[in-house]
Amino acid sequence: MTAPDLVDSAAQAAASAQRPSLFRQMLRNHSVTFGTVVLLAMVILGLVAPYLGTIDPASIDPVWRNKVPGTERTITLPSGEDVAFIHRMGTDSLGRDLYSRVIYGARISLIVGLFVALISVAIGLTIGLVSGYIRWLDGIVMRVMDGLMAIPNILLAIGLVSLWGAGVVTVIIAIAVPEIPRVVRLVRSIVLSIREEPYVEAAISVGTPLIPILYRHVLPNTVAPLLVQGTYVCASAILVEAILSFLGVGIPPETPTWGNIMAEGRVLFQVFPHNIMFPGVFLALTILAVNLLGDGLRDTLDPRMAKRF
Amino acid sequence: MTWGRSIARSLLAAAAAVPMIAGLTTATPAAAETTLRVVMHSDLKIVDPIWTTAYITRNHGYMIYDTLFAMDEKLNVTPQMVDTWKVSDDKLTYTFTLRDGLKWHDGQPVTAEDCIASIKRWGAKDSMGQKLLSFVADMKATDANTFTMQLKEAYGLVLLSLAKPSSNVPFMMPKRVAETPPGDQISDYIGSGPFKFEKDQWKPGDKTVYTKFADYKPRSEPGSWAAGGKVAKVDRVEWISMPDHQTAVNALVAGEIDVLEAPPHDLLPILEGSSDVALLNTNPLGNQYMFRMNWLHPPFDNQKVRQAAIAALAQEPFLQAVIGNPKYYKVCPAMFVCDTPFAFTEGGDAMVKSDFDKSKALLKEAGYDGTPVVLMHSTDLAVLTNLAPVAADLLRKGGFTVDMQSMDWQTLVSRRSKKEKPAEGGWNAFLTSWVAADILNPISAAGYNTGCDKGWFGWPCDEEMEKLRNSFSTETDEAKQKDLAKQIQIRAMTIGTHAHAGQWYQPTAIRSDRVDGMLNGPAPFFWNISKKGG
Amino acid sequence: MLAFVARRLLATIPVLAMVALFVFLMLRLTPGDPAAIIAGDNATPIQIEEIRDRLGLNDPLPTQLVIWIGKLLQGDLGESFFFKMKVTDLIIQRVEPTLALATTTMILTLLVAIPLGVVAAYRQGGWLDRAVMGLSVAGFSIPVFVLGYLLIYIFAVELKWFPVQGYKSISAGLWPFLHRLILPSITLSVIYIALIARITRASVIDVLGEDYIRTAKAKGLTNRVVLVRHALRNAAVPIVTIVGIGIALLIGGVVVTESVYNIPGLGRLTVDAVLGRDYPTIQAVILVFSFVYVLINLLIDLSYTLLDPRIRY
Repeated sequence: MTAPDLVDSAAQAAASAQRPSLFRQMLRNHSVTFGTVVLLAMVILGLVAPYLGTIDPASIDPVWRNKVPGTERTITLPSGEDVAFIHRMGTDSLGRDLYSRVIYGARISLIVGLFVALISVAIGLTIGLVSGYIRWLDGIVMRVMDGLMAIPNILLAIGLVSLWGAGVVTVIIAIAVPEIPRVVRLVRSIVLSIREEPYVEAAISVGTPLIPILYRHVLPNTVAPLLVQGTYVCASAILVEAILSFLGVGIPPETPTWGNIMAEGRVLFQVFPHNIMFPGVFLALTILAVNLLGDGLRDTLDPRMAKRF
Repeated sequence: MTWGRSIARSLLAAAAAVPMIAGLTTATPAAAETTLRVVMHSDLKIVDPIWTTAYITRNHGYMIYDTLFAMDEKLNVTPQMVDTWKVSDDKLTYTFTLRDGLKWHDGQPVTAEDCIASIKRWGAKDSMGQKLLSFVADMKATDANTFTMQLKEAYGLVLLSLAKPSSNVPFMMPKRVAETPPGDQISDYIGSGPFKFEKDQWKPGDKTVYTKFADYKPRSEPGSWAAGGKVAKVDRVEWISMPDHQTAVNALVAGEIDVLEAPPHDLLPILEGSSDVALLNTNPLGNQYMFRMNWLHPPFDNQKVRQAAIAALAQEPFLQAVIGNPKYYKVCPAMFVCDTPFAFTEGGDAMVKSDFDKSKALLKEAGYDGTPVVLMHSTDLAVLTNLAPVAADLLRKGGFTVDMQSMDWQTLVSRRSKKEKPAEGGWNAFLTSWVAADILNPISAAGYNTGCDKGWFGWPCDEEMEKLRNSFSTETDEAKQKDLAKQIQIRAMTIGTHAHAGQWYQPTAIRSDRVDGMLNGPAPFFWNISKKGG
Repeated sequence: MLAFVARRLLATIPVLAMVALFVFLMLRLTPGDPAAIIAGDNATPIQIEEIRDRLGLNDPLPTQLVIWIGKLLQGDLGESFFFKMKVTDLIIQRVEPTLALATTTMILTLLVAIPLGVVAAYRQGGWLDRAVMGLSVAGFSIPVFVLGYLLIYIFAVELKWFPVQGYKSISAGLWPFLHRLILPSITLSVIYIALIARITRASVIDVLGEDYIRTAKAKGLTNRVVLVRHALRNAAVPIVTIVGIGIALLIGGVVVTESVYNIPGLGRLTVDAVLGRDYPTIQAVILVFSFVYVLINLLIDLSYTLLDPRIRY
């Protein structure tokens, strides 16, 4: 059997073996189910936040600051009506309702995580594939990446924040850019390995053009590690957002995110732990879901997955 | 390598000690050395107290430098380095004689020439110093210990200026150091204060080390603020920089440090819960928040709109949001700080309560078109973080549109010096805090300078105010001076230079089991403090 | 091989030049005025203008750039705007703490993460695998500063086993040195353990599916031999990549840990300099960081040839 035949038949075998049952296989995977359910729940939570008994998460009231969870009070609605209200999760140091902040915070935290992961993986994958494959380009691209990697993300964030003002877009870009070279390096290391595989060498030797080789042979091999890396990027983006807030250059506190709620509440950690505890639980659950989803997808997508050990 | 370096250092130290040993019989035994470990409110960056107004540098100045006059607890000006002084009958000639035996840290005697050079350098930089020097015709040393100051016309604030307690403090430096151009930083850190700066051991961002100056001659009076005897009772003071408040509080509770200058108010319950820690209110005058408006751009280029903002704002919400515990704050109508000679209610009482109806009415009268107020919000300093959200909330309730922009304090400081339109990198309003000692009168308090471009950020412009301030500075009669201060306060509130957003107090935390004798003052002083154990 | 190393070292020069230019321009084109910060809160606009003049910030950009590059070529990184101190001296003061923290953290991480990852892969789906994955999730989901506070509260404040903060040089003795580094290293390593254990697991599982592993098993080799000699070795390329990235991340990531535990290292120097707009210090620190990154990446690339003979340069 000649090499190209081998490659093609292997690819066909893999495709026919998994395609029909892929969706069902995913459903059968508990990690995927759990991750999807939790993530969906968080997304829905963020979407319907106004209808979950929340009040304006930015509305401050210094008299009611630092109240413990369960504190009851009367509030005046914008319509002028007085109603009884319970601070289910207490209030923060400006008297804002923590429950409302955590629920609304789901919106921004998820957006930050998702967009950072998408942007950095998409750009990183493109650059990594091309540079791993085209030798003369590799040196230049990798040196540029080295240079980019060398600039601490905090500096980049402060620079961008002072240029455009603190905001969600600024923070997303500031977190995503330093992630790109890391994705590039990972993709490239895989490409370097794959390029030496006999079936790829064979495909090259019979004159298969670059794009099909990348698409058919190299790309599928990057999916699994990138999913793992992508979930890591997504999870870490939510955390880095918190660290930027910790350093005072994150998303402004009027827009609640789990990260900035925790960063703001850290000063009160020993006195009023609820400020960190509640957003922390939501953050941990979300990251758990993202990771399980990533792993689950990886297990079902990888054609060579074997569970014989 | 470290070993080699420490040998080199001890050799150097020995060489430096030779001239002193000649005059001394015995050296103190090394075993009894006491070290006071302190965490200050920020890290010492710049060591020239004339070059910068930063409070941490002022505090450093108090460690190693001395002053001619000083203010005591009752705000009386008393001599410190000066022994006796005379004012001629026409109030135009001041003669100062220094105390005997004052020495610089390098062993040289302090001379009148040194003092003249120091006053000149300070006067080139400091706003109160500039004012003083504009009245001074000449300064001359008549002998090694005596100098005269000749005025062009009578000036009421000569001694008050020389006793200025806060930034920039007129610290005395050796002539060769004081002759450094005011625009350059000094690079020779010899003072005549009770402690010496150990430059070799200074690690910026880590720690700053001071040692007791054995030849310092304290006054015989008991210490009171910066006045009286400055007796160093510990051998060594280390300022350890600790950027994280939570860590600093824990370090104090664990006994790793002795003094924590400025614990954030929300962490005080932890310190109150520790039996070995005491909270001292060493600065009883406290601090004052300021809401500053920019006169250059709409909407605050209109007096009515500025008045509307003052009507909408009130002190208590700010104080509650940042300080929380009423023990540490005070609603105070006086712009020149409550419980001081120039404390008045008139005009300043507008800041006691919010009047949203008045604010809306004023805005309507002014034809306010909803131009957003670009309010700068600093997010990284505990005592400032919560101010801007409260201001935004109150202004919105008063009918304003507010665009609050968050940034770190350093960015805010850079941006507030920009005169551009708010949309092009400028601003409309920000909040900050002043140490009460800086704003006790309308000359030292920068906020009242309405000299347009020459004024403080916000650049207010008002001729009448400038006239009042000039009369205040030349007035020598106390009663008339008070009346002028009152008129200035009323004028400031009418034209809306700024709003005083409440008075607050910063307790200092100490290990009460080993530290004793910390003096009150507008800055933290480390003389008179004794320590048990190493 | 030697030629490769030489070529790569030469290639660092344009990288560093690019970083230098980028940082220089970014600092000067973004708003933020060091003079205003230096002058302090009570300074008048005129005082600020004067300081700006002294610092040379009013010179045209090209002039400033030429002056800086000129000094740089003579090995002079300049003087800090704030400290009246050579930037080189500032950096030297800060290298040891960061290096110590990074080294202990990396050792701790490798000792824990790789065995965990391999075992998890081997027992894929079992309780151990789940436990490792659970731990790695926990490691990700706690912000570093929260973990730091928690550890300080439990082990330093309540139990008093460790000091709350501070750093002692190794010249003060091994125990005082390590005593103060244990909590910070644990704090910092948690996220890397999570990351590296996951990647190890993923890569080993990948390799376990390869034909040659099946062959090795078919030859009757024991699972342990297969796992260590074949699987781990072949899974090493992605693992090493991640470890390298980890070291690079670590250098930047020590910032928060250094703040929480009050360790006077390079991370804090960078943040202080960035927040204070101390241009000469920022420029110098970033150049140093870039150089280190480039070196680490070179080492990673070299290790590929050792680990996977199919990769040649």
